[in-house]
This record gives sequence, structure tokens and C-alpha cells, in this order.
Amino acid sequence: MPDADPALTVRDLTVAYNEEPVLWDIDWTVPAGTLTGIVGPNGAGKTTLLQAILGIETPAAGQVRIFGQSYEAARDRVGYVPQRGSVDWDFPTDALDVVLMGLYGRLGWIRRPGAEEKEEAHAALEQVGMADYADRQISQLSGGQQQRVFLARALVQEADLYFMDEPLQGVDATTERALFDLLRTLQQRDCTVVAVHHDLQTVPEYFDRVLLLNVRRIASGPVEEVFTEENLRRTYGGRVGFLRKNESPISDSASAPNRKEESRA
Amino acid sequence: MSLPQIEIQLVATVVAVACALPGTFLVLRRMGMMSDAISHAILLGIVVGVFIVGTLHSPLLIVAAALTGLLTAALVETINSTGQVKEDAAIGLVFPVLFSIGVILIAKFAGDMHLDTDAVLLGELAFAPFNRLTAFGLDFGPRALWTMGGVLVLNALFLALFYKELKLATFDPGLAASLGFRPRVLHYALMGLVSLTAVSAFDAVGSILVVALMVGPPMTAYLLSDRLEWMISLSAAFGVLNAIAGYWGAHLLDVSIAGTMATTTGLVFGLVLLGAPERGLIAQWRRTRRQKWQFAVKMLAIHLRQHENTPEAARECQVDHLQEHLNWDGPFAERVVERAVSRGSVRRENGHLRLTDEGREVAQEAATQT
Repeated sequence: MPDADPALTVRDLTVAYNEEPVLWDIDWTVPAGTLTGIVGPNGAGKTTLLQAILGIETPAAGQVRIFGQSYEAARDRVGYVPQRGSVDWDFPTDALDVVLMGLYGRLGWIRRPGAEEKEEAHAALEQVGMADYADRQISQLSGGQQQRVFLARALVQEADLYFMDEPLQGVDATTERALFDLLRTLQQRDCTVVAVHHDLQTVPEYFDRVLLLNVRRIASGPVEEVFTEENLRRTYGGRVGFLRKNESPISDSASAPNRKEESRA
Repeated sequence: MSLPQIEIQLVATVVAVACALPGTFLVLRRMGMMSDAISHAILLGIVVGVFIVGTLHSPLLIVAAALTGLLTAALVETINSTGQVKEDAAIGLVFPVLFSIGVILIAKFAGDMHLDTDAVLLGELAFAPFNRLTAFGLDFGPRALWTMGGVLVLNALFLALFYKELKLATFDPGLAASLGFRPRVLHYALMGLVSLTAVSAFDAVGSILVVALMVGPPMTAYLLSDRLEWMISLSAAFGVLNAIAGYWGAHLLDVSIAGTMATTTGLVFGLVLLGAPERGLIAQWRRTRRQKWQFAVKMLAIHLRQHENTPEAARECQVDHLQEHLNWDGPFAERVVERAVSRGSVRRENGHLRLTDEGREVAQEAATQT
């Protein structure tokens, strides 16, 4: 269902920890049905941006609109895949149960998932090729498999707009390919996907649009317009090793060692 | 068994299960120390409560103490959120201060109050049967049994109702928040239950045993569980086991019941830590050892395979030679060969080693893995 409203509009968003801005006056629009990548050095505020949009962090100022509504009103249309490292994989539970968590929002308070929900979760695991691991304790899964479970959990949410924090981080090349194909499938179903991405080299291949972020919005728009050497230099503070390669404008694997880490611990 | 003996064990059992339920979530949130902090800090709440209502036997004391528990949790979070102090250090800063203020207040203004430090730390389960609940001229059994029974029911009810929400907020607070489940509210609800449990149990078993029972059984169960439901049930079971075994230990040795229960909790944890089938130290040690031998056998197979059907095979494929080529000392090489032979991947032919078909497969597999 193509929406008249953009999937996401962020206006003047500022987030600060102890009076120090981690995100400064972000204006950003994501049209519906696009696949958008967020890139920027460590400490650029990528995770914080997602968390502020999702109401996990409280912004100091600014506005977030999702399909023209507030986040609380549009919550059912939003899916979230946090960074894999943000949870404790030694938690006593299995893959199916983690996927079921994606349905908790729909169930609301107190109601427990039943047979119908379990079936949906199974179907989602199948979609990411993890059906055989449904009752595997999650610590026994490899990094790539854990990432797939997280994606399956987002899939059962049947959202229109997905936020993913480094969904391709630390997975092998085959898994990366498979997961990326999944993102494309989502897009073909008219979903909008916003993903934090760490590998500049694959940005033009994977995404239609990109947000270059370093505390401020450096640039955003279609990849072919804004993913330029000039903009990247401004984002990474000139520390990017540029390597021109055929058409793909930029190549870099390591993000610049920058400021403080993204975590606040 | 006499009636008081049965009653003491009943009280201990109910306390143990009541503590294990919120304790499971404390352990999973890596906040076990929070039980320590809260169970000590509530002393201040009790003292202040006594000043206000003037008696040691009022339900208002429980409310005052539970509020101090929440205050502890809030202070820890506030200090932690400055980013200057880690959570464990914040806990270590907050509760001694609150506890000490309580102790000072008692010493200064309530010297005659029935609140001595021994009872605070270890309680006195043996006296539980003497403090009875009577109404309409009838004896309803030990008062502690009723208080703790009520707390147990409340804890069980909370868990049963908000099981899914607690699980999500513990495993992935970010997703919980984005789905609108208010992990902070749940956090404080849990802290409230911990405080309530601690203050109610405090009278009967003292704060040290509250800590032992909130952290010990869930930690023990954690080593044996792959599922949260299972971990909760096992925590409760270990709590009961520790309580009963502790009671009889104390009976036999004629020492403090609470002390023996806390010691038993530690011992049972130690045993499970050693012997747990998957996560136990012995299982880990055996796994590492097995991997070491498997690896050695693989190396041997690859080595033999490399020199198979080559002119130097005769020389390379001798046991004495492995020393030099694989950096193995003599006895170790001999043992690896023995293992390889017993697994059927290698044959000995008058001092020479030959790969069997199976051994060739092992080598092949190892080679394609890399």
C-alpha cells in the first residue's frame, strides 16, 4: 500500500547525553518503499538516531513522524531489529521463542502467544532458512544464525517500516547475501527498510538511498546523488582511504576511529 | 518430627520459593547484587517506619521498607546514569550508606528497640513458631508463614500475569520499549517485589539468607536450564532443597539454621557448577580435552595422508618420527597413535603407520574445512 505520507519524517531532532549532543538538529525524510542505508563513523549517533525514532531514547528536541503519525500511533506499523550484540545470547530460551517476541506488541499486555502465533513464528524462521533450529538454545547458534533469528523476529511483526541496526554485521558472505535478498523481498512487498550499515563498499549495491551521519546530517538522498567522495570525506573527517573502483564511487572497510564509542556504558 | 520443626521447615520453604521467583529475573538481569543492596537498605525504612508508627508490628513498616527498596533502586540508577560509576560500584555506594543511617538511628534513638544486628543479618528461624497468628481465640500457626505465604502468592501472580513482558524486558529492553512495554515500569515493579519479599523475609531469616536465596538457587538453576520456565521451576526446587537440607544440617550440627541454609546454598551451587552436564566445569574440561585429542588425531591423519604413496613415506610414517614433524613428544605421540588406532583411522604395520579408509576421510574432511 503506497502511502501519500513519507514513511519517516524527522525534524530538528536533537539528542543529548549529559548536555552533550550526540545528534544535532537532524532533518531527514525517508520516502515509502525505499531501502535506505545509514552510514557514519563510530560515535556518529546511528544507533541513537534509531532509538530516538523508536521512543527508546528521549530526544532533547525535535519531532518524529511515521506515515504522518506519531510513533505511538504508528507503533504497529514499525519493526525493529536491534544490534545483535545488544542482547544476552546466554538467556535461557530458544530461537522460536525469540521470534515469538516479535508478536508481543500485537498481543498486548498479559495475553500469551498461542498455537497460531507459534505457527507464524515457524513460518518466519522458515523464510530466513532457520526452520531446523527452532528449538535450539540461542547461545548455540552462530553469529549469522542469531542475526537470521533477529530478522525472523522482525518479519513476524509484519510491519510497513523496518529499522535495522547493522543487520549484516559479523555474518559470513553467504548469509549477508541471503539476508540482503530478504531486505529486497521486503521492499518488493512495499515495505520501507532503514538499516545502519558498516560496509561502505556495498552501499551502492544494497541501498537506494543513504543518510550520511556524523552527529549532524551530512547528506541524505538517492545513493547516486549523495554517496560521493566529497560527502564521505565530510562524514568521516577525511580519514577514509579512497579507492576508486570502476563505477562504484567509494571503497572503504574500516570506519574511522572516532571520538567515543557508540555505547554509553 | 515435632510440630515446631515442621513449622520451621514450612516457613523456610515458603521463604525460599518466594525469594527464588523474583531472584530468577534479578540473576538474568545481572543484578543479583541488587538483592544485597535492597535487603540491607530496608533497615532504614523499618527504623523510620517505627519512628512514625511507634511499633514494630504494623503493616505500615512493610510499606516504608519497600519504599526504601525502591529508593535504593532509584539511587543506584541515578548514580549509574551519570556515566561516572558502573552499576556494581553504584550499588556498593548506595546501600552501605542507607543501611548505616539505619544502624545509627537505632543506636542513637532506639537503644531499647528489639532490633539487634545479629537478628538483622541472620534472623532467627528457630523463633518463627513462637510468633503465632491468633484470631477469634484460634491459633492459625506461625505469623511468618502467613506473611511469606502472602508474598509468595503475590510474586507468583505477578510472574504469571507479566511473564511475557518480564521476559522481553529482560532479554531485549530495546524491543520491549519500542513495542510499548515500558521496561522501566517493569523494572521498578520487580524492584518493588524484591523489596517487599526482602522486608517480609527479613524478620524470619535475616538479610544474608534473603540474598543467598534470591541469588543462589536461580544461579544454580541457570547452569542447568535452556528455557526460562525450566529455570524458574528449578530455582524454586533448589530453594526448597537448600531450605530443608539446611534445616537438618543445622539440627545435626546444632548451629544457626539461617547460617546452615546459606552455606548449603553455596555448596549446592558449587556442586552444580562442577557437575552440570553442559555448562559445568567438569563437562567443559572434558570437552576441551576431547577436542585436544580429536585435533591431534586429525593432525596425524593429515600428516600421514600428505606422505601417503610418496618415496619418503616409509620414513615419515613412523611413530618415532612424529616427534620431529608434529612437535609431539614421544609419549604423547604414542597416545595419539593409540587413539587413532582404536578409532580405526590408522593401522600399525610393523612399526609403520597406515591410514585406513576412514582415516583418509578424516584427513579429507579436515582439509576441506579450512
